[in-house]
Amino acid sequence: MVSDAISHSVLPGIVIAFLISGSRDSLVMLIGAGLLGLITTFIIEFLHQKGRLQADASIGVTFTWLFAIGVILLSYFAGDVDLDQDCVLNGEIALLPLDLWYTEGGTNMGPKTIYVSGGITLLVVLVIYFNYKELLVTTFDSGYAASIGISIALWHYVIMGLVSLTTVASFESVGAILVVAFIIAPPATAYLLTEKFKTMLLLTCALGILISISGYYVAVWLDGSIAGAMSSMSGVFFAMAFARYRWTKKRIT
Amino acid sequence: MNDFIYFFSLQDPNIRYVVIGVILLTASSSIVGTFAFLRKKSLVGDAVAHSVLPGVCLAFIISGTKNPLWLIIGAFLTGWLSLVLIDYITKNSKIKEDAAIGLNLSVFFGFGMLLLTYIQHAGNASQSGLDHFLFGKAAALVGDDLLVFGAVAILLLGLTILFFKEFTLISFDIHFAQTIGVPIKFLQLVMTTLTVLAVVIGIQAVGVVLMAAILITPAAAARFWTENIKVMMVLGSVFGAISGMAGAYISYLAPAMPTGPWIVVSISSIALFSFFFSPSRGILSRLLKQMKIKKRMSEENILKALYHMGEKDKDFYKQRSVASILEKRGFQIPELKQGLRRLKRQGFCSSEHSLWKLTPEGKNKGQRTVKLHRLWEVYLTKYVKIAADHVHEDAETIEHFLTPELEQRLEKLLDYPTTDPHQSTIPYA
Repeated sequence: MVSDAISHSVLPGIVIAFLISGSRDSLVMLIGAGLLGLITTFIIEFLHQKGRLQADASIGVTFTWLFAIGVILLSYFAGDVDLDQDCVLNGEIALLPLDLWYTEGGTNMGPKTIYVSGGITLLVVLVIYFNYKELLVTTFDSGYAASIGISIALWHYVIMGLVSLTTVASFESVGAILVVAFIIAPPATAYLLTEKFKTMLLLTCALGILISISGYYVAVWLDGSIAGAMSSMSGVFFAMAFARYRWTKKRIT
Repeated sequence: MNDFIYFFSLQDPNIRYVVIGVILLTASSSIVGTFAFLRKKSLVGDAVAHSVLPGVCLAFIISGTKNPLWLIIGAFLTGWLSLVLIDYITKNSKIKEDAAIGLNLSVFFGFGMLLLTYIQHAGNASQSGLDHFLFGKAAALVGDDLLVFGAVAILLLGLTILFFKEFTLISFDIHFAQTIGVPIKFLQLVMTTLTVLAVVIGIQAVGVVLMAAILITPAAAARFWTENIKVMMVLGSVFGAISGMAGAYISYLAPAMPTGPWIVVSISSIALFSFFFSPSRGILSRLLKQMKIKKRMSEENILKALYHMGEKDKDFYKQRSVASILEKRGFQIPELKQGLRRLKRQGFCSSEHSLWKLTPEGKNKGQRTVKLHRLWEVYLTKYVKIAADHVHEDAETIEHFLTPELEQRLEKLLDYPTTDPHQSTIPYA
């Protein structure tokens, strides 16, 4: 659920970054939003630990608050900002090919977002590859991890940092809420299908790709929102995995 | 000021509609939210709010009209279905609740977006306005909306009063409720239904994302001021109503300002204020309390160290240097020096040429701490059967917190022992 919170509360970061830089340059926005994402996880932790507010409520209070601030900033500077709630919430993947990156010489290098998302993907893969053991241990047995001297807090923030970066990067294409579908649905589906962590990671990626492709064709067929179709497809895949899970379980018992 | 009077005198029917509508909404949803908060299901409101969208769109596709009744029924059905599914998934698989919530929320919402864009592209002229369900339209409430809000508010309130005892029971101790035969499945269903109802209505005013705040934040804020659920509910709805009014007022002064987000910012400010400054549970008051206890503990530890030294030398009123106290017990140097100065002010210590000695009051106080420590050690070895070499740590903490009444009971229970497990004499006054 934290990813849901982050995906909403990065809004003020995006708006502020835009106001300061005056451009819709992806990198500046990414930094602004990324910072806000980290601040969000920090506030949630703070209210939960120091304020003794139960975890679910501290998430709910924090992200609605930040999102409301974001919307207010948006409407206050509505005249100057080439952004609106709609595009932040929903994104529009179909427009991506229009936002092209030209080198100084004027050569067309293709859509910008591909580079940003590609960079983030590479970063995530590298971080996971090089810190696989630490991540594995802290995820499954944080008590053991602490006892052999791995900092739980550090890895918590590393993961949260990655989550907020990924969220923000995906923002432009699929919008705030549907990012959540992509962050939660494929792992949850894979989780039902396998017991092994490595298999789960690979399966998740495969599912992500499958969902995107099938979602795209559904959207074209219905002439509807691409992101919406993709997350609907993720639901369909989850339902199938769930049915299989229940079925095999019943046969065993 | 004139604006202020004009606004709150409610002369203007538009203002009247908006203000009354918003108050009804925020107040009634925070009552329902209280239970959601106490059951640790705060994010459920968010899930329902998102899941409502496909219902609205389907209702429109099927009925072909924007009749609010149809849309509300559709919204209600999918919101409800989503909650039931979340429950089903969590109960019947290893998927955790938060993942199930996130999954349902985004899939339902995604499906809703797909339908919405499909409707928009299909070119039906009467579709405009469906997206009010997305972002809310608090500033454009009209008389008809008020009737619906009012009816729902009365329904919510009535059912809450009717089932108040049962709701409270299952919010706090569901297992107990189950054992005494309360129909928890039915009651949970009623509660779920109420939540969905509150969300479906509220969403039209503040929009999908902010609905969760209207439901939860007032309850969270109220929780910091009271331990009583009835007071909490009333307080929550008052907080909700105040921020509802504040939001409406701000967007009246500056028409470009959206009402919904301002309501949320107001209620969040109240909540943040409560988290920090509430006298009993607030962060600040807790920090202050902790600091006070820490100070008292280090004072008592200093007196105890001085008493121990006196015990050894058979002279309680000898002058001691800071260094010699440090030898006895490892204090932080600033902690010790500040503690000694405070003790002097309170008359437990006196000093001369930076040499410190106990006053008679100080000796008595140190003696009491030592006595409590040793009594507790006896108690632990005798009644809890802990080995004598393991009782010191525990006694080190409890000696600061035993009240005179407990002290008396300990003495009586142990029948005034003369020595502790380490053969040190227990000093009685």
